[in-house]
Amino acid sequence: MSGIRRKPGVCGMVMAVILGFLVVSPGDAPAAEVYKVGGIFSITGPASFLGDPEKKSMEMAVEAINARGGVDGRMLEAVIYDSEADPTKAVNAVNKLIHKDGVIAIVGPSNTPPSLAVLTYAERAGIPLISCAAGIGITQPVKPWVFKTAQSDVLAVAAIYQDMQREGLRRIGILTVANAFGESGAQQLKAQAAQHGIEIALAESFGAQDTDMTAQLTKLRSQNPDALVCWGTNPGPAVVAKNARQMNLGMPLYQSHGVASPKFIELAGEAAEGLRLPAGKILVADLLSADDPQKAVLQDYIRSYAARYQQPASGFGGYAFDAVHLLAKALEGSGGDKQKIRQSLEQIRGHVGVSGVFNFSATEHNGLGAEAFVMVKIEKGKWALIP
Amino acid sequence: MQEILQYLFSGLTNGAIYAVIALGFSILFNATELINFAHGEFVMLGALCLVTLWSGLHLPLPLALLLSAAAVGGVGFLFQRLAIHPVRKPDHIVLVIITVGASIFFRGLGMLLWGKDAFAVPSFTRKASVEVAGAVLTSQSLVIIGTVGVLALVLHFFFRRTLTGKAMEACAISRRAAWLTGIPAQGMVLLAFVLSAVIGGLGGLIIAPITMCSYDMGTVLGLKGFCAAMLGGLGSLWGAVLGGLLLGVLESLSVGLINSGLKDATAFLLLLMILYVRPSGLLGNRSVQRF
Amino acid sequence: MVRPSLHNLVPYAFFVVLVGSAGLWVDNPYYFQILSMIGIHALLALALNLLMGYAGQISLGHAAFYGIGAYASALLSARYGLSPWLALPCAMLAAGLVALVVGYPTLKLSGYYLGMGTLGIGMIVFIVFREWSSVTGGASGFVGIPPLGLGGRALLDVRSYYFLVWAVVLLALCGSQRLIRSRVGRALRSIHDSEAAARAVGIPTSRLKLQVFVLSAVMSAVAGFLYAHMVGFISPDTFSFIVSVKLVTMVVIGGMASIWGALLGAALLTLLPEVLHAFAEFEMVVYGLILMTVMIFLPQGLTRGILDIYALRRRQSERAARPAD
Repeated sequence: MSGIRRKPGVCGMVMAVILGFLVVSPGDAPAAEVYKVGGIFSITGPASFLGDPEKKSMEMAVEAINARGGVDGRMLEAVIYDSEADPTKAVNAVNKLIHKDGVIAIVGPSNTPPSLAVLTYAERAGIPLISCAAGIGITQPVKPWVFKTAQSDVLAVAAIYQDMQREGLRRIGILTVANAFGESGAQQLKAQAAQHGIEIALAESFGAQDTDMTAQLTKLRSQNPDALVCWGTNPGPAVVAKNARQMNLGMPLYQSHGVASPKFIELAGEAAEGLRLPAGKILVADLLSADDPQKAVLQDYIRSYAARYQQPASGFGGYAFDAVHLLAKALEGSGGDKQKIRQSLEQIRGHVGVSGVFNFSATEHNGLGAEAFVMVKIEKGKWALIP
Repeated sequence: MQEILQYLFSGLTNGAIYAVIALGFSILFNATELINFAHGEFVMLGALCLVTLWSGLHLPLPLALLLSAAAVGGVGFLFQRLAIHPVRKPDHIVLVIITVGASIFFRGLGMLLWGKDAFAVPSFTRKASVEVAGAVLTSQSLVIIGTVGVLALVLHFFFRRTLTGKAMEACAISRRAAWLTGIPAQGMVLLAFVLSAVIGGLGGLIIAPITMCSYDMGTVLGLKGFCAAMLGGLGSLWGAVLGGLLLGVLESLSVGLINSGLKDATAFLLLLMILYVRPSGLLGNRSVQRF
Repeated sequence: MVRPSLHNLVPYAFFVVLVGSAGLWVDNPYYFQILSMIGIHALLALALNLLMGYAGQISLGHAAFYGIGAYASALLSARYGLSPWLALPCAMLAAGLVALVVGYPTLKLSGYYLGMGTLGIGMIVFIVFREWSSVTGGASGFVGIPPLGLGGRALLDVRSYYFLVWAVVLLALCGSQRLIRSRVGRALRSIHDSEAAARAVGIPTSRLKLQVFVLSAVMSAVAGFLYAHMVGFISPDTFSFIVSVKLVTMVVIGGMASIWGALLGAALLTLLPEVLHAFAEFEMVVYGLILMTVMIFLPQGLTRGILDIYALRRRQSERAARPAD
């Protein structure tokens, strides 16, 4: 019990650490001349394939806007934090952005659970938030301050089912990754099946880090479906494609827009041949007809991203790229008034972005239509447009 | 029937991977009574080294395999010297937390060195797959299952027939007594670390072609390997192999016969049941140090 | 029973003054958010410390009880319209019952096998949160958890929430301290030192272990309740295996068998990521290095370690002072 006497010291230490943090943390001295825009992306962690290009695209978009003179003569400044796809970290980050950095709007988070976690904070503080996640629950029901730029799963599923109808496929098996992305995909696949005359024979799932999906594929094959839909993000779907090839599954395999990046072909190799998936137009930018409104924007984005980072661009970074440009448009003439930014965001029509053409309104905070997706297939290691 | 066979093949492939990882846990535990939570990261390092050496630098396969395994062994050596050895009062839980820190460190290092994207590695053999009664077994699965068998035999021989192996086993029973009889106990601990790291790396090498390799692949594999080692009985060589195969088969059967979403839950539930009946694993018999 | 002496009250008075003055001095909601998060983690670390530090039973699945508390309270208040204050006892009961049922067979295991058993429980509970989507909202999470209300108005104000969280922490601190200093506490520590010896002198070790396990689970459920109603959203990832490991790390790094250590560990591991933002891509490497370095050089944990250094310094300075006399 000799330690008792020293306890105040230990207790003081605890508090000293905490208070030290409060004092040491750099204070906020908002420069009046810049618009601070926050970003919350899963730069590391399991969703870094989203967050990393998003961070880079946001920085690139901000630089481009500043290079042409900023917005109303004021420069943009990006303050970006890493959420690691963790809702708690995202909540801390959103509070830091709003209350410490004093941002006027926030781009991100990259995934659905962190987005759902932070949106009440944005609502309470009255800060426009443009999420980059796919989940439909983010903008439906509509929340005044919350927008999103990523295409919803609803559209991706519709694109797949329309393609199946054209191909005459009726009975399908679905295989989804056991996380928020796969779950949302499975829900939409089930919800829209009836209206497209499609029957789901069996729904299975796999873990995001599983090394072998043969068991699931075997079970699906035993139901004799016409086709399979795999819903996940790299690397799982690439393993599914490989396993399907090894088992000579012999039925069309559809993938989701979660793998719509050049990386997928590299991972799945030969097994990627013949796969079909819905994708943003960015994958087939060069194949688009000259009168496609997005063609110029896409080619410009691809070129500048590759030049800036020596990496091929993907549609994922486009979510943040679009968000920043939408925000810049809404900022014009707002003088930094958040309510005005929110209102002008709602009034944006016909904004041509990387992910599609955005038409926001008071009741539509995602603003993308069915034409945001095209169906592509993989032929000889290249993306090909399915007409 | 054909399906059951396919589930078994899939389960054995996954199980053999778990078994290799479990072997690494067991060997280290045998000599040090320590569970290394960074073991999964050795698997990751092995796989990513192979990516660099084979797919990147186009070294001949055997050389690339050898160098990768050696590199991971080197990391294990440094880890023991720099992080485990200097601890003044080696309490088990303290060492375990050091390995937790190490796992985060290695993952961060892997991300810095190899980036955040996954890599694919081609199969070691030309022949794609063999068919048995309608069920497909890939050639890489055969490589994996073969490796486990050979590895287990070699280790069995090492511990039963060689002086070093016996000395290591003696350290496991009582480090102090072993030291008194003139066995360099510290050296044995170091050797166990290196050996365990090499085996972890080997696990990474053989699974690289069947799955995708990325900096964060180690966590889940390490966890499954740990479960397999516990299931078989910590410190037991054949227990680790049995535990791994059993865990793999249980998982794949629960996908086939129950529900793939509950795959891990079913496997863990059975694992708990087994532990309740046999509190020190299937083949384990020594009572285990408490925290 | 230990008689309440002035000595015992000093640290608490110190604690209350610090928490109070921080609460009045700080006015940035971000800091309140972080401080409340530290409080929630401190509560979890205290709960786990009772089990690990004093009874010597490791749990690698404590996030499960944290999650059960959060989900039970979220379900009852958001879906069934129960007042969160009524949901709280239900959540505590739920976590306690689960702990009782799974603890009974699991606590018969020891050492690493107990770690494995609790890990398995944590995984199973996590998978239930994820797969039972009609009830829990699945992997996408559970939205629309109502904020807490007090006296008819919502506790949206971050400052009030901060005070609420730390009041609970204070309660838990006092409770833990009382328990540890009691007969039961001594019995628990005897289990930590040698279970066989404890049993030999007639301590009902199995029952005691189970009781402290249940108590620890109930405390974790309270932390889950506080988290759920603060953020208004929960998803399975917040209660995963990684979180369980992080809790163990908090306890060990703070110093096992020290209630203030649990507090320190929780504070450090919650603040570290916030501070390490500056390292961007290097964050993980630095975090891992810090964890390893602390454990290598202060294997007894921060509290004991720093006290040791302090004592050493004092001895040295005394020795240095002596010749001068």
